[in-house]
Amino acid sequence: MTELTPDIGAYVSIDKEALESIFRGLKQEGYTLIGPTLGEGAIVYDEIDGMDDLPIGWTDRQEAATYRLHRRDDQAVFGYVVGPHSWKRFLFPPVQKLMTIRKQNGSFSVEPHVEEPPRYAFIGVRGCELQAIHIQDRVFLGGPYQDPDYKARRQLAFVLAVNCTEPGATCFCASMDTGPKAGPGFDLGLTELDDVFVIEVGSEMGRRIMSGVRWRPAGAFELQTMRERLTQAEKSMGRHMDISDLPALLYQNLEHPRWDQVAERCLSCANCTMVCPTCFCSDVQEVSDLLGETNERVRVWDSCFSLQFSHVHGGNIRPHVRSRYRQWMTHKLASWVDQFGTLGCVGCGRCITWCPVGIDITEEITAIRGEV
Amino acid sequence: MSTQKTKRAEPSKPKLAVFKFASCDGCQLSLLDAEEALLDVAGAVEIAYFVEARDRRLSGPYDVTLVEGSISTPEQAREIREIRRQSKYLIAIGACATAGGIQALRNWRDVDEFINIVYAHPQYIDTLATSVPISDYVQVDFELRGCPINKHQLLEVITSLLIGRQPRTPTHSVCIECKRRATPCIMVTQGTACLGPVTQAGCGAICPAYNRGCYGCYGPMEAPNTESLGLHLQTLGMGADEISRLYRGFSGYAEAFRLASDRFEEVTA
Repeated sequence: MTELTPDIGAYVSIDKEALESIFRGLKQEGYTLIGPTLGEGAIVYDEIDGMDDLPIGWTDRQEAATYRLHRRDDQAVFGYVVGPHSWKRFLFPPVQKLMTIRKQNGSFSVEPHVEEPPRYAFIGVRGCELQAIHIQDRVFLGGPYQDPDYKARRQLAFVLAVNCTEPGATCFCASMDTGPKAGPGFDLGLTELDDVFVIEVGSEMGRRIMSGVRWRPAGAFELQTMRERLTQAEKSMGRHMDISDLPALLYQNLEHPRWDQVAERCLSCANCTMVCPTCFCSDVQEVSDLLGETNERVRVWDSCFSLQFSHVHGGNIRPHVRSRYRQWMTHKLASWVDQFGTLGCVGCGRCITWCPVGIDITEEITAIRGEV
Repeated sequence: MSTQKTKRAEPSKPKLAVFKFASCDGCQLSLLDAEEALLDVAGAVEIAYFVEARDRRLSGPYDVTLVEGSISTPEQAREIREIRRQSKYLIAIGACATAGGIQALRNWRDVDEFINIVYAHPQYIDTLATSVPISDYVQVDFELRGCPINKHQLLEVITSLLIGRQPRTPTHSVCIECKRRATPCIMVTQGTACLGPVTQAGCGAICPAYNRGCYGCYGPMEAPNTESLGLHLQTLGMGADEISRLYRGFSGYAEAFRLASDRFEEVTA
């Protein structure tokens, strides 16, 4: 074991097996590891115990409305891109109990739902995903009203980022400037080379974890290879989106005929919003017992594609699929900027892969630009 | 709707009745399956008529009537009108009562032909040409979808009636339920045909979690795009006839699924 602890900002190399000692260190610090693992037909994010749970030697092939697992020719540990899940599931759970309200002596009592926030170490957060977390930070923690549950989970979370060296066919992080290199904002940033992991130390906790790992300063050749792989990755994105003048382009085309065309294909099933790592809409539901004595308030993921979501006093403000799709895309790529100061899209490509009919947000933008 | 007053010496519990027509009894069993909540129900309402659960049969009027099953015989058509007269709130439960059920498949064919093939003595069979939802005969105050219905949704409906608020039953797609429970989409990962994107939620997305495409038991969601999904299923290699049959399932006679199945059948023909 190395006596020294690497500095923040340092690049170090470790043997691939040494990832296990990073995991061990994280567990000793009380973290629950959440990372990529083989699920039903896809690489999903779930609790993992160690390297054996990682999808070593597997990859994914993605296209619009298609995702398939394949064996790789090598034993790459992170040789795949993002899957159906995103980290928002762990920071902003799909079903969250908020409080219990009880009738009492002609009045009522409110008991907030308090639980010990989980201490998660996220393993394998890609560049697009880290940026998505930063975007949700603005949503949930920016401004005067902060989401206490998100805040508690987020503050405790450890991020082991992974740089992408093999982008997928629906990836366009390079267009959105969110990858393929992850960061800033990670505790450790890993790049997988053929025989070693190069790790950039990003935080004090990252240093602490590395103090229990056998590491050495990354060599010049390793750093050179890492840079070449990342440059190559940037050039091999499966998708591209021209983001120049984006808010204006959409605001000026609110009546573009393309909205009608996409509405013919769109199922308004809400899959795009569910898989999107930045979509944050929710519904707050009251679940009462039979006599209305006790009531639980629960928050669940919701979507701007649902009709009930846009039903307000007096009627529905977005009665047609055309207006719901337009709302979603214009929010992501235009009004998000007004609201939160960034685009709401990180180029992860999930909405393209997981749309059951393969609607492609990059194609839609190209069409609205009049370039098809 | 009947507003007939009942004489009440003291505040009495609302009277609940459960009736069935052409159906398998599975939906009423959801009430018995409510376990401890069933005791709460029994405490909160007077179970006046529920043949599946008890022998006692009190006559109407009833405050809340749950009706399972489709209307498929002349006798049922008479009976449902009488039940409507006796009921303050009439709730249709399940795919049969809300869409005609799987037995509505006969609506596309000649019933007399079936009767002659199936029964040794067709003269004893007295049936209507179609199997249709309760709402085709009488006004229905609320429809609870599913094959079978979800017991939590049933309790939600009963609770909302007792409290006097609107029942909270989502009308969005099954996909949202798949995503909440973290099931990777089987249409995307395996090319499995699934009606989830056009079907109303409520079941909790059970089938895709067990690697089966959604059968559409809960009927069409709000504004379903059955055409786009059907065209996509063709790109996955399904024939128009198969797509027509897929839509013609447990809730196949519900309007949006019926029209979609007819359209894809026409393409086949």
